Amino acid sequence: MVKKAEVVNLNFSYTDKRILNGVSLPIYENRITALIGPSGCGKTTLLRCFNRMHDLYGAIQYDGKINLFPDELNILSDEIDPIEVRMKIGMVFQKPNPFPKSIYENIAYGLRVRGVKKKSFIDEKIEDSLKKASLWNEVSDRLNSSATSLSGGQQQRLCIARALATEPDILLLDEPTSALDPISTAHIEELVTELKKSVTIVMVTHNLHQAARTADYTSFMYLGEMIEFGESSQIFTNPKEQKTENYITGRFG
Amino acid sequence: MSSTSSRQINLKTQIEKLKRQDMFFWFVGLITLAFALLTLLSLIADMAMTGWPRISQSFFFSFPSRFPDKAGIYSAWVGSFCVVLVTSLMAIPLGIASGVYLEEYAKKNIWTKLIELNILNLAGIPSITYGLMALGFFVYRMHLGQSILTAGMTLGLLVLPIIIVTTREAIRTIPSHIREASYSLGATKWQTIHNHILPYSSGGIMTGVVIALSRAIGETAPLITVGALTFIAFLPSSPMDPYTVLPIQMFNWVSRPQEEFHINAAAAGLVLLTMTLFLNGTAIYIRYLFRKKYKW
Ligand SMILES: Nc1ncnc2c1ncn2[C@@H]1O[C@H](COP(=O)(O)OP(=O)(O)O)[C@@H](O)[C@H]1O
Ligand SMILES: [Mg+2]
Repeated sequence: MVKKAEVVNLNFSYTDKRILNGVSLPIYENRITALIGPSGCGKTTLLRCFNRMHDLYGAIQYDGKINLFPDELNILSDEIDPIEVRMKIGMVFQKPNPFPKSIYENIAYGLRVRGVKKKSFIDEKIEDSLKKASLWNEVSDRLNSSATSLSGGQQQRLCIARALATEPDILLLDEPTSALDPISTAHIEELVTELKKSVTIVMVTHNLHQAARTADYTSFMYLGEMIEFGESSQIFTNPKEQKTENYITGRFG
Repeated sequence: MSSTSSRQINLKTQIEKLKRQDMFFWFVGLITLAFALLTLLSLIADMAMTGWPRISQSFFFSFPSRFPDKAGIYSAWVGSFCVVLVTSLMAIPLGIASGVYLEEYAKKNIWTKLIELNILNLAGIPSITYGLMALGFFVYRMHLGQSILTAGMTLGLLVLPIIIVTTREAIRTIPSHIREASYSLGATKWQTIHNHILPYSSGGIMTGVVIALSRAIGETAPLITVGALTFIAFLPSSPMDPYTVLPIQMFNWVSRPQEEFHINAAAAGLVLLTMTLFLNGTAIYIRYLFRKKYKW
């Protein structure tokens, strides 16, 4: 197993409130790692450390490391520009958030930000990422219509395509299906499983079945701490920690 | 069984009571509204009826004159146009830039709070105060004279807070998940502002700009202070020239004893009112267009 990244003893606080406490876990290349745990335990907070999203709001503090391999680059280090980190690590949010622009412009945006101007290259990338996000068949004939006219499930796949277009090292997904109906959810789950061939995925989910179905590895978090990390099959059938067992058998959370 | 039915009866009387209250406030609201609207409409109708016969091409293209039937608003509307042009050139870029700065760049500390509070207060200061300040600063200190430039900048200062505040409000309606989408793709702050924040808030910003300009067109007091003239029988050829504007021309005619000049004043008022209504209509239309264009 090749490590794509590792979280080492990470503490995170808002001004005076400690949210993450000594979190450590590996992220394996071309695998799906699920973060599960009761609401408010810090899953989103941890995920947003990976692309330094917290830096947008100030008054926060990281302590510890997230190393990105092969260079073992600590992306939380003060010397690293958050923009550089976000260039390498893409994100899909809980609620689909396409720009109120055309489908084409949505996907092109990541490339434009990086200074890509060549139309043929952008066109190619757009087709490629829409295919990867299994949306191409539905929108290929209306790339210039507004992204907000798509259905919720299509919008979320568009957001995935948008993140994929820049070929990120890691793709972060924060409860990507929580705002979607069961059919769109199944569609996205299928898609995510397919995607791991080309990208490493870290996915927050509150849906245990989703984690069991799609994730190779699962880590259970509770009150800002990493309680248990392991292969999903092991976590869901044979957890080592009492707290994990209580959670997956529905005794709390 | 009996307790359920008595509770139902109670509920019924309660609802009827609330409905009567509703009716009462609906009625009071209607009366107040009708009173306000009727007063306004009768004023406008009176002005329109008095002024309408005077509206003609020659009225628009004649200079003021001692003879009421020869006098027109040529220098006044050209003056208004030039002054508002200077106002636009100053207040629009400055106002939008300040709004963007305060909303996107400024650190949320005590100084920013203080500046914000000041801007809000500026929006509420009587306009004559701006005139006095401009007289001291633009006319005496910077020696800009009683010129179009002075007038335009004075009105520019006057409407600057309006533009700043509406810009900020327009920016604030953009949901944070849209910004985050941009940043998550590796965009810089400027890219995010330039590609998303400004375009998506441009409807709100333009609305604010139009409202600010329509306010500037109707403003009189500060211009009297910085020396707008009441009798200008030529068109300005440079921003340093003296000028008059529509409301001042109107004010001048109203203060004449002859009845015929009052008709001229009503006609000029009609022109001014039409311009203001047109601008406000434009603002509403812009807002409607952008509401339709950008939804999330
Ligand atoms: N901006 C913030 N300032 C202070 N506390 C916050 C902020 N955002 C989230 N939190 C707190 O951090 C904790 C973890 O939140 P989050 O990571 O969103 O949980 P999860 O995604 O697991 O439901 C919660 O207790 C929440 O109240
Ligand atoms: Mg969350």
